[in-house]
Amino acid sequence: MGAEAGKKTGPLAGLRVVELCDAKGAYAGKLLADAGADVIKVEPPGGDASRGYEPFLEDEPGQERSLWWWLYNTSKRGVTLDLEQAEGRALFKRLVAQADIVVESETPGRLAVWGIDYEDLCTGNTGDTSEVIWASITPFGREGPGRDEEATDLTILAGGGMVWMNGYDDHSLPPVRGGGNQGYHTGCHYAFMAMLVALVYRDVGGAGQFIDVNMHAAANVTTEAGSYDWLVKQREVHRQTGRHAAYRQTMLTQVRCADGVWMNTGIAPRRPHEFQVMYDWIAELGKLESFPEAAILLVAAEGEEVMLGRLEEDEDMQAKFAAAREAVMFIAGQLPAVEFFNEGQRRGFQMGIIYSPEEVMEDRHFQARGFPVEVTHPELGRSFRYPGAPWKLGKSPWRIRRRAPLLGEDNEEVYGELGLSAEDVAGLRSRRVI
Amino acid sequence: MSGALSHLRICDFTGQLAGAGATKFLAAFGAQVIRIEDPVLEGRWDVLRGAPPFKDERRGINLGGAFNNHNVEKLGITLNLRTERGRELLRELVSISDVVTENFSAGVLERLGFGYAALRALKPDVIYVSNCGFGHSGPYRDYKTWGPIVQAVSGLTFSSALAGQPPAGWGYSYMDHTGAYYMAMAVLLALHHRSRTGEGQHVDVAATEAAAGLNGPALLDYTVNGRPLRRAGMPDSNRSQFPRMAPHGVYPAQGDDNWLAVSCRDDGDWARLGRAVGEDWAQESRFATLEGRLASEDELDALLGGWSETREMFVSARALRAKGVPASAVQRPQQRVDEDANTEAWGLWPLVTHQEMGEVRVDGLPVHLSETDWSIGRGAPTLGQDNAFVLGELLGVGESELAQLQADGVI
Repeated sequence: MGAEAGKKTGPLAGLRVVELCDAKGAYAGKLLADAGADVIKVEPPGGDASRGYEPFLEDEPGQERSLWWWLYNTSKRGVTLDLEQAEGRALFKRLVAQADIVVESETPGRLAVWGIDYEDLCTGNTGDTSEVIWASITPFGREGPGRDEEATDLTILAGGGMVWMNGYDDHSLPPVRGGGNQGYHTGCHYAFMAMLVALVYRDVGGAGQFIDVNMHAAANVTTEAGSYDWLVKQREVHRQTGRHAAYRQTMLTQVRCADGVWMNTGIAPRRPHEFQVMYDWIAELGKLESFPEAAILLVAAEGEEVMLGRLEEDEDMQAKFAAAREAVMFIAGQLPAVEFFNEGQRRGFQMGIIYSPEEVMEDRHFQARGFPVEVTHPELGRSFRYPGAPWKLGKSPWRIRRRAPLLGEDNEEVYGELGLSAEDVAGLRSRRVI
Repeated sequence: MSGALSHLRICDFTGQLAGAGATKFLAAFGAQVIRIEDPVLEGRWDVLRGAPPFKDERRGINLGGAFNNHNVEKLGITLNLRTERGRELLRELVSISDVVTENFSAGVLERLGFGYAALRALKPDVIYVSNCGFGHSGPYRDYKTWGPIVQAVSGLTFSSALAGQPPAGWGYSYMDHTGAYYMAMAVLLALHHRSRTGEGQHVDVAATEAAAGLNGPALLDYTVNGRPLRRAGMPDSNRSQFPRMAPHGVYPAQGDDNWLAVSCRDDGDWARLGRAVGEDWAQESRFATLEGRLASEDELDALLGGWSETREMFVSARALRAKGVPASAVQRPQQRVDEDANTEAWGLWPLVTHQEMGEVRVDGLPVHLSETDWSIGRGAPTLGQDNAFVLGELLGVGESELAQLQADGVI
């Protein structure tokens, strides 16, 4: 983000958050933290389980080497706390008493057994804590059927309808889970949005409140036609290679370029001027003589727009439409994908190169907008590039203020802010409360 | 209705899902969202307006099922911005709005004369949130996108695939949904900033950047370890690389195109899975550790698939979950919408009343707030449905002028 961003604070600056999340909910805490909130990540003294998740720095396991941990815990302060001990729970209450927001992904019922759930700490005559916004992120919600069942990103996406949508024309191959933990992300997106709604309400004098986030439900309402084709029409869509699942088969849109990289070519050209542009492009490449359908493109350029609704009965339109698709395939076969993408877009075609994640970080547009950001890991004497701002707020920019916390890194500071002395903190440590 | 956001008015140019999804979320919490549509084009800039799915045999600009889904709880007016009176009414509306939202291609609103500087002149603390594929700056600023293009360029299409197959990608516009989520976040973040400081701002949301941040740990495996995801045998996204788990995948089940998802997180899950399936192979010592299971992952998948394919997927999923092993049927739309106890108990598919379509179910929200929960009951506005209320009651246009505006093609 550079020096400019350093002068301004994020939109959530000044807010105190207590985060008690495992791998499922940590992204919600990151969204808050990178937007400026002071997020205190509470881990058990042995460390959060996700510190043991691959990948590791230089492939060597270690609590401070998990890139999963690094990714999902930027800008947070880290403390350890054993909630199994009464002394730990007492400290947790004191942390909550100072918080604007609590976000947790504990199994339903676990906090209540310990007497440290929302009902215990934030309702009734508890003074300041009635202002607390408390979000619970669980696979199936706090109350509903299935609430006690275990889940992972894959099973959330499978039950929630996202897996059904993705895959190949060949239905002997299984449907596909999209990569990157989108089941967790989607639940966390909704948790963050709901916390912000509650915050904006509090800004105009509203009370704090409890937010129940259901990851299964979040996946369910993030499937586009998967849901609404059924809701509106009681019609099921079926997966197709690289394109929208649909109730009937649509045309291929994914082509392989000369360098083997795939492209999404979007919707095939249909308008007269688009046929002309395709013709001119092949001419510029000096390949007209190797493209037999060139003449059809010229005819189509003088004719009317191809209407998808009339395609079935109109053979003339079918020929034009087929020629345009052939032209797209033909040009793809002549060019490396980066060139095809840029040249196609320059000519007005809505197409996209299918980048691998790492290629995004090296792309000139993402770099020009400052998307990759450097994050320093002082204990390693190194810095690494991280994915950057998901939005650009002109007055209150997104920023990674610090790499993910080391285990218990901020114990002294955070517990010191509660009024504990260095000796108190040392005592807590020796009793393994922190 | 009184809601968490009832004190807010949004002058809304958004359409399709990538924009409309954002203001739907805000409207469900009570924000007064006023959609501005072009009477000349009958609002067709939003291609979903008159597009399938249709509820019944009727067709028309007010009958698009997806449009209804994404625009519940909003008001809709028509304004012809080619006319001076139309622009004047828009200026009046902006001056009493908290937020202006749009997901046009970069530069379109500016060319209409309503860029951020112009909006700020009308309302000094206005919040202006734009959302487009590549954002309002940078070399690809003018490139055209929709969901699948955003997903392609940001890495998400690539990372959805089986080993040895081309990208499967996302069978829908995941990033239209999710771009809308980031747009809603941007509006709310800017509102909070305004409460603190009194300042408005422009927020430039680029869906490709929101998407690129969702690549997960694979991205750091590259920037830190130098290991690209474009390599032999990768990606293989039904398996779990981060963290490593096995077995982990989507397995065949009894019946046509039925599938079972299973995640065996650790050795404990494996032992429990063994008790649930009751097969000899599940007791073999070579599979007892993650290392052993990873060494024979293909074989293990074949064995588990052999067990699952003769069994009914919901029965298998229940049997595994009863032992504490995460498992789920790959649910079809009907199963999760009409036959899922959790989504039903949640009230996830509210019924709305639409002026022409009648009663239709729509996507609800996966959050419940104890004090100010969402409410979805009103269908999407038909073209110009709220002209009388917005122009008449909010802007004070008299009845005779309204009739004249209609006659003149201003609304």
